[in-house]
Amino acid sequence: MTRYASVLDLVGDTPIVDVSALSPSPNVSILAKLEGRNPAGSVKDRVALSLVDAAERDGILVRGKPDQVLIEPSSGNTGIALAMVCRLRGYHLKVVLPSNVSPERRQLLLAWGAEIIDSPGGEGSNGAVRLAVRLSEENPMWVFLYQYANPANPMAHYTTTGPEILRDVPEITHFVAGLGTSGTLMGVGRYLKEHRPGVQIWAVEPPSGEMVDGLRNLDDGYIPPIFIDNHGVDLLDRKVVVRPRESIEWTRRLTEVGLFAGLSSGAIMSGAIKCANTISPDEFATIVTVVCDDGWKYLSTGAWSDDIDDVVERAKKIIYF
Amino acid sequence: MTASVRIPTVLRAALGGDASVSVEGSTIGEVLEKLTAQHPSVKGQLLNDDGTLHRFLNVYVNDDDVRYLGGVDAPVANGDEITLLPAVAGGDR
Repeated sequence: MTRYASVLDLVGDTPIVDVSALSPSPNVSILAKLEGRNPAGSVKDRVALSLVDAAERDGILVRGKPDQVLIEPSSGNTGIALAMVCRLRGYHLKVVLPSNVSPERRQLLLAWGAEIIDSPGGEGSNGAVRLAVRLSEENPMWVFLYQYANPANPMAHYTTTGPEILRDVPEITHFVAGLGTSGTLMGVGRYLKEHRPGVQIWAVEPPSGEMVDGLRNLDDGYIPPIFIDNHGVDLLDRKVVVRPRESIEWTRRLTEVGLFAGLSSGAIMSGAIKCANTISPDEFATIVTVVCDDGWKYLSTGAWSDDIDDVVERAKKIIYF
Repeated sequence: MTASVRIPTVLRAALGGDASVSVEGSTIGEVLEKLTAQHPSVKGQLLNDDGTLHRFLNVYVNDDDVRYLGGVDAPVANGDEITLLPAVAGGDR
């Protein structure tokens, strides 16, 4: 085995595994990139490292200088990954977190030494973004890396995730990933379109429309700036909504191929199956999809063990993307 | 073709108050034209002057975003469920 100088050297270069046993068609291969293998446990390790590296390159953050504070809105994984990177690089991180994320995420943030600022759960990720924007304006000394607008977010995927996928699966025809900040889709999508123009890029969305009634106002819908900056509408070929029940069902089905994955990965897998179902019987396709993180942080949702109706109701109230 | 259109909270009052309405049309454009025929003030929030989809409106047919299926020309089949979801841009920061 290789010997590494730092845990940060373990970020990226994740394995891809064939999960075609779940494919609805023998002509459609499905491969899953296991981002849970990153040291802080998710695809966001790539983003966090890229954000901090870029800030250090630009002189916004200076290693070794005391009392440097970062603030970032995150429903979980970015905060956790940033907390790990900040711990190693000596920065203090404040994470603005909706109050309704799973308790494991809070525990992890605290484990890495981050400070948590609660935002209203009913306002979801958008509420966390708004509060972080306001706090950063009120505290101009705090460094706000803002993953939703920072080009270092998609750049992490353009320079690492995308090339790794093409190296390992040169026959790729479709890439299916979740749409949160849009960083994965914009970075990988742009890289793949440049090198394999025929590859189709599919986005999977959580059903924000369902969370809206009584929970948050549709007026507060939010298009990440990096989606606009990267001409997301032109880059994507298809965008599908996956509902909580399908997400849970496919999170469970992933265990059939030995994958204990987080709920967003179930949603993305469900999107990959929808994609596979559009391939006509006389065509061949190779779909690459992303397992964003492992299932540990979601055990408290009962996703694998409880009655699915109860889990679906619970999943509507917590943020899992 | 009759499709069921789910009306988001923000547009509900302006479109008569129902959470869901049945509208006839064979394309998304036809459905939106018919939906707003009685409520012209809302039309500008859904469609541009040239009849294309407003940039900050997401429309889904059975959970598939129509922007990637031909926009207003996306076909509508009998019994399809259409969801309107306005999004406000955050693109200036």
